[in-house]
Order: sequence, then structure tokens, then C-alpha cells
Amino acid sequence: MFNFSLKQLSDLLAAKKISSAEVTREFLGRINRLNPLYNAFITVNEEASLQQALVADTKIAQGLAQPLTGIPVAHKDIFCAKGWRTTCGSKILSNFIAPYDAHVVERFKERGMVILGKTNMDEFAMGSSSETSYYGPVKNPWDVRAVPGGSSGGSAAAVAARMAPAAIGTDTGGSIRQPAALCGISGIKPTYGVVSRYGMIAFASSLDQGGPMARSAEDLALVLNVMAGFDARDSTSLDRPPEDYTRDLTKTLAGLKIGLPREYFAEGLSDDVAQAVEAAVGQYRKLGASTVEISLPNTKLSIPVYYVLAPAEASSNLSRYDGVRYGYRAPQYNDLLDMYRKTRAQGFGAEVKRRILIGTYVLSHGYYDAYYLKAQKLRRLIAQDFAEAFKKCDVIMGPTSPTAAFNIGEKSGDPVQMYLSDIYTIAVNLAGLPGMSIPCGFSHKKLPVGLHIIGNYFSEARMLNIAHQYQLATDWHKRMPEGI
Amino acid sequence: MEWEVVIGLETHVQLLTKSKIFSGASTAFGAAPNTQACAVDIALPGVLPVLNKAAVEKAIMFGLAVNANINRRSVFARKNYFYPDLPKGYQISQYEIPIVQGGTISIVVKEGEKNVRLTRAHLEEDAGKSLHENFRDMTGIDLNRAGTPLLEIVSEPDMRSAEEAVAYAKALHGLVRWIDICDGNMQEGSFRFDANVSVRPKRSAKLGTRCEIKNLNSFRFLEHAIEFEVRRQIGILEDGGVIEQETRLYDPEKNETRSMRTKEEAHDYRYFPDPDLLPLEVTQKWIDEMKDALTELPQARREHYKREYGLSAYDTSLLTDSQRKADFFEFAVKYLGGPGAKTVANWVNGELSAILNDRGIDFPQLPMEPIKFAEFMKLVVDGVISAKAAKEVLRRMSEGEGDAKTIVAKYGLTQISDAGEIEKIVDEVLAANPKQVEDYRVGKEKAFNSLVGQVMKVTKGKANPGQLNEILKRKLAS
Repeated sequence: MFNFSLKQLSDLLAAKKISSAEVTREFLGRINRLNPLYNAFITVNEEASLQQALVADTKIAQGLAQPLTGIPVAHKDIFCAKGWRTTCGSKILSNFIAPYDAHVVERFKERGMVILGKTNMDEFAMGSSSETSYYGPVKNPWDVRAVPGGSSGGSAAAVAARMAPAAIGTDTGGSIRQPAALCGISGIKPTYGVVSRYGMIAFASSLDQGGPMARSAEDLALVLNVMAGFDARDSTSLDRPPEDYTRDLTKTLAGLKIGLPREYFAEGLSDDVAQAVEAAVGQYRKLGASTVEISLPNTKLSIPVYYVLAPAEASSNLSRYDGVRYGYRAPQYNDLLDMYRKTRAQGFGAEVKRRILIGTYVLSHGYYDAYYLKAQKLRRLIAQDFAEAFKKCDVIMGPTSPTAAFNIGEKSGDPVQMYLSDIYTIAVNLAGLPGMSIPCGFSHKKLPVGLHIIGNYFSEARMLNIAHQYQLATDWHKRMPEGI
Repeated sequence: MEWEVVIGLETHVQLLTKSKIFSGASTAFGAAPNTQACAVDIALPGVLPVLNKAAVEKAIMFGLAVNANINRRSVFARKNYFYPDLPKGYQISQYEIPIVQGGTISIVVKEGEKNVRLTRAHLEEDAGKSLHENFRDMTGIDLNRAGTPLLEIVSEPDMRSAEEAVAYAKALHGLVRWIDICDGNMQEGSFRFDANVSVRPKRSAKLGTRCEIKNLNSFRFLEHAIEFEVRRQIGILEDGGVIEQETRLYDPEKNETRSMRTKEEAHDYRYFPDPDLLPLEVTQKWIDEMKDALTELPQARREHYKREYGLSAYDTSLLTDSQRKADFFEFAVKYLGGPGAKTVANWVNGELSAILNDRGIDFPQLPMEPIKFAEFMKLVVDGVISAKAAKEVLRRMSEGEGDAKTIVAKYGLTQISDAGEIEKIVDEVLAANPKQVEDYRVGKEKAFNSLVGQVMKVTKGKANPGQLNEILKRKLAS
């Protein structure tokens, strides 16, 4: 059962051939057995999950089943879910029980979907390896010595190890796509504003976007159908008519024009990743697509721009963790200032502190123009690059990450090397575009490689179609790690 | 040396909206601590602000009322600092591009009328309150006020005395209540000031170093704080010292200001545009709708009263303290249908205001309809009651004893205006007081007053004084 697609599970549930309780128990059992190996979950609450499964089964029995009713999904521990501990991978929220549901969680609940558990992640989504979590590093199911990518590494590992049929994550600079690539699964970050950020703990508000992670493009489309939608509580949520993201899955790719950015196949890209991506592009030509070389000349600016803007927003977003109202408070302190200092010194990890410091610095009086304002201007140039590119092609393809999964500890001492692993994904967030990653082969160390697909604004349905057609012709997405 | 005082005011005006500026929680005053603070107000992880349109509308109305520019696009920014009653660790405010820019407030002082220019008015959220009483070695935090909408109105440094600053503050206070964007309740903190004060040698073009005095919540404190601060600064300068730019706090008990933080200790607020909120777009249509919703403004009424009734700037500025006060005046003048505007103005600004003042209420709380006051004024102008009786009638009316005619009848306060009747009494009094008559005729003016007094005594003060004067003079001359 654990290898069934969401469509299969959904059909079996609707036909009452299996129950949500059975499906949920199956995956909880797998979590029980496999999570000690991969540390993909921070919190599992079997009782709460099974309770939701029973509600779903009642719904189904009453003939009220909708698509995905009764399906259990793993949630990145960044989404507030009422009654669930929601830590964001941090010590500072280690005792925080969310008193409300994120918009996304509400929508899942309305569908009668089950929360399978809260997945591990880089602290406050700051990281590309899931090593910065207070709850210990996540391990890659393809090789436990390797990282799963990050920050949604727990969600990626959970899906790769079949501990969950699907998961949700968030992507600020690649945090859905890069771990999807490194764990051999599919993931999509929608256009900024498609999924409500309400209840999704903020890292960098102008970049954060939630999205699904699953084993296939078809599964992604089904989950995105539930996640996406206008929410008046998020002022950046886009008020657009609801879409069926599965509507174009079966369309042919004949005539599709794929743009290949020169800058994405240049220095820094490892040979094995390049080969897998080029083979995937070859497959697309077989499916009727043509390719055109394009240029995104400001690509090299995206990392410096991102590492000004994201920390600036984060330094302010994380100010609320002050020990006053909720969350961790240092046990001993002399006065208010001392309480703040000790609480935050003890409650935040090194990477979060680094980014708060960078962010505070770039917003400081006298530095604001040179850093923040300049970065905002460059951000527009980067978006302009894409606008130009989409005049020449329908979709952009390249590698999701320059290398396959690196080893735990390999880059954790060198932040710049770590930041470079998001070189291809970050610009997409800066432009607010949708991006996805699908498995397209393996490295020479037999670790998964991801194909990065970047679409124009609101072209998610087309991107899912492009991914789905590839997955009909190939079986990379069906490969499983050994020993699970 | 002669010194010139330069004052600018920043006024925090709490906007009269039902819910908070970025959340749906109620803004009502006086609830139990933290019962009006929702997930957004206490800044739980993951919550987001959504702008309350009603707050924007009130800001637009203010901008229109002071003839300011309404920016079609303004931007909310985050002002970052740590304080326990600031739940997010930043305050959402407008920084580089506020919703309202420019505008003027007209004030009336001894020297006449004067326009105070406004720099800007911007929307922002209030913080919560730190409660230091009732907590041993601890501080309580009440977040009910957190997120309450404020309009911060910043004036240019156009005021030259504490008197002008108070006149400006009162004019602003009157205006925000007039256009109904603020309840003006200063005890509850709905209207409070920070004053920027500096002094410079008279005729110097360069501004002196200013000090900001924080959190003044009454006109009296504003006046006293400025006066103290001016004395302090002049004292330092005359002793050859220099003024440090700093933020000072006024202590009403000691009537002094003291340093809170110096320029070096000033916060770096790290302002940047709030990525959770889109820029605020205001369409011309929206502005037009607000224009339509705006009633006639006090300034327009003042001009009207001056032109139509020949009233002084001082009278008209008092009459337009509040809309209801102006309504009382206008209704009575129209009711009388002719002259008498000055008399009505005197009664509204004088006796009626004094009665309210004694009772500690304001025009809106007065249990009297403008028509009842108009009927009262008719009795005064027609001479049916004397000025003395009128004061009593008005007091009884304000206490809800009924209309003027009823009170006059009940207490027999009608004035004797029948010439024949007065003549008869005058004749009797003259006959009974030959000595005074003689004294008057040899030039002792005092004797006249004594005779008036005698008549008043007989009539129990009800004789029409004008008529009495005229009749008495005529009789004595014959």
C-alpha cells in the first residue's frame, strides 16, 4: 500500500476498499520503524492522527468523500496546527503548542485529510541540509551519511522513505525543490501568493511560499488543488478563481519550447548532474519539445541579493521570539535586557543567529541604502531577466542543485559553500515565479538528481503537465532507496 | 538676550474604529487585561496583518479636513525595537511615504489668527501597556491596546509659545472630534502629544537644538511642560551651556522634564517596508466618497460666522470647539431670524459653556436640544426675562428641569416690560424718596442707582432694566 499513488489511495478510500484508519496506521507503522534511521519527524501524535482518520472514515461512510479525503500527509513543522507542537526546528519554540490552524491546515482538515506528523527542518527554514535543526540532522534515505537537502529535508526524506504518501513544505530560496532533488522526489513551489502564508511561520515574508512534496507530478497536482486558494488573512494572497491543477496533465508536449539558461550549465555544476539533466532534456525532445538557449545574465547576483533581503526580513520576523509571551525563556536572568539576551542566545542556533546579525546589519542606519535598497533594485533586474527569457520560451529547465546530496558535516562549517547549493533555485523566489523539481537520474554515487522546471507566473498546471508527461515516459520517480 | 521659542507637536490620535488596525479584535476601552488581544495582536508565530479600511478612511477624512495631500500610494514600514508590550518586536507604521502630507490648522491667539503647517499624518498601530503596579518585582503586560489604530499628526515647528501650542492642540482636538475620527478622550489616552521644543536668539534664522518631551496627555501638562522646558533651555544657554538633543519625560507631579535618553542612546529602528502588507493604494473615487461623507468643517463655519454675523475671530473659534456647540449657536440665530447673533454667541461661549464646565461635561452630553436653547434665547432677546433671571433659567434647563417658558412660569421670573406698570412703580418710589430725587437733581449721580435699586426691590428685580433707566431719567428730568 505504501507505494500507491494518491490517486490510487483516494479511489480505494472512496470505494471503501480501505479505510483512512488503515492507511494512517500503515504509515504510522512505517514512521515508527524508519524514523529512528532518518530523523525525518520532530513530532508524531498517533492518537491525534488516528482520531482525524476516524473523522475521515465517517465522512466517507456518509458519502461525503472528496478527492484526498482520508489521505494522511506529513507537515513540515513550520505550519501551525491546532493542538500540535509546532517548533519550526528551533529550541525557542520547543514548548509551543499552536492554538490555531494555518490556512493550509484548515483546508486539509476541511477535506478530511490526516496530519501524519510534523517533519524535521532546518531551524526557521534557514539552511540547505536540514542540519541546523535543534532536533538533530535529517538523514537522506538514499544514504544515511548524506544530507536530504533543506530546509524541508524532513518532508523530503519522509516521502522518499515512504513514511508518508505526500508531504508539505515551504520554499524561501529552494527549500522544497532542493530537498526534493536530493531525495529523489517531486516538489513544486507555486507562484508567490498562490498558497496562503497565514499560519506558516515566517522566515522571509516576501519569499516564503508553501507547496506540496510527493512522488509524482500527478500527486503534486492533487495536493496543490487543496493547498492553493485565496485567504483574506494574508494580504499577499492572490484573489484568483480556483484552478484544477490536474486539468492539463494529459496534454501533449508537442511544440513546447524549453529555454536552457547558459548560466545554469556553467562552472560549479557537477558532471554527473549535468549529464542527468541533459539526458532529461533529450527525453523532452523525444516528447516533441524543442530547446532554445537563453540567458539569465543576473543569475550570479541572486545569492548576494538573497542573503541581504532574506536575513533583513528574518531579523525582524524573528524578533517576536523574545521569551515574553510564549516559547522558550531562559531559566535565569537579572533583568529584562538580560532575559532577552539569554533567551535568544540559548533559544536560537548558530545559523539563525548569523542571519539575524546579517539582517540587522543591512537594515542599520547608514547601511540600508547600500545593502537593502540596492538588493531590492537588483531583485527587479533578476525578475526582468526571467520576463525577457519567457519571451523566447514556454518553460525553463536546468539542474535543481549543482550537486547531488553532499555528506552530513561536509558544508556545515562553510556557509558560503552551503548557500551556493541554492544557486539555481533562489532567483525563482526573488522573481516570485513557480518552480519545481522532479527526479531525472542518479549521480555517480547513486544519489538522486533533480530536474528544475521554472514556469511563468501562474503556469503551475502547465508545469505539472510537463513533469507528468516526462514521468509517463521514465521511471526515475518510481525508484526507491534500499532498505526501506 | 531675548529668546524665541520654537515648538512642533507630534499628536497621537486614536482612531474611532470598532476593530484594530491589523486584526479583527475589538478596540473598546476598559476590558479585562488581554481579553481583547487576538492571535495577531499577541504576535503568535505565523500570523499576518490585514489592514482595516475604516482606519484608512479616517486618515483620508483628516487629510481632507486640513487641506492636505492624500498620497495615492503609501507604504507601511516596520519600526524595529524590543519592548515587552510590543509583541512583534516591531511596530507597523508609515515611514518614508505617509498617507497624508502637508495641510494646515488655523489657530486663534491673542495676536489674532495664525496658520500652523502640518508636515504629515501617518497611520500606525499602538503598543500594549506595561503595568508596574500590583506586580511585586514583576511587570504585567496588557495587550488590549496593542494594534489600536493611531494617526500620528506631525506639525511643522511653527508655534512660538506654550499658548500657541495649546491653541494648536485644542484646535486639532476640536477638529478630530468634529469630523468624528477620534473620541478625544485624553484620560483614556485617545489623544496625546510629544512636544519638540527649542529656543534661539530672537531674529536668528537658525533653529536651536531641540528636545522632545514625551507623552503629554492633557493641555495643562502640555503647557506646563513647555514652559518648564523653555525655562530650562534658556537657563542653560544663558549660563553659556549647550543644549543636548535628547528625549525627555514630563513629570506632572514635580512639574519638570527629565532626560529619558540622549541622542547617542537613541534607537536605530531599522525601518524597512513591511513585506506582509502591500503598498496602500487610495483611488480618487475613494477620496471623493470621503469628501462627500465630510460635514461642513469648523474653518468654513468660522468664516461664515465672521462674514454673516460680524463676529470676532476669538468668538468664532470658541463657537466651533465642537460641532454641537456650533449647532446650538446656529440654530438659535436662525430661530431668532434677525439680529442678536452676538448676544447668542455671548450666551453660548459664556454662561452655557460655564455651566457645562461646572458640571464637567461637554456639549455632546448636554441634555438639551438646540431648539430649547433657541426658545430660551428668544425670551432673552425679547426682554421677557432679565439677564439675571436668564442665568437661573439656563441652569435649570441644563439640569433637565424643562423648557424655558415652563421654568419662567414656575418660578415667576418674567420681566416687567409693561411701560405703564413700570411708570406707576417709579412714581411711587420717587414720591417715597424725596431726598434721593433732590440729590440727583443737584448732580449726585449715585442717587440714580439708589432709585433704580428701590424700583428693583419693589419689583423683586423683574423690571426691565433698559425701560426702567429710560423712564426714570425722563421722570427726573421733568
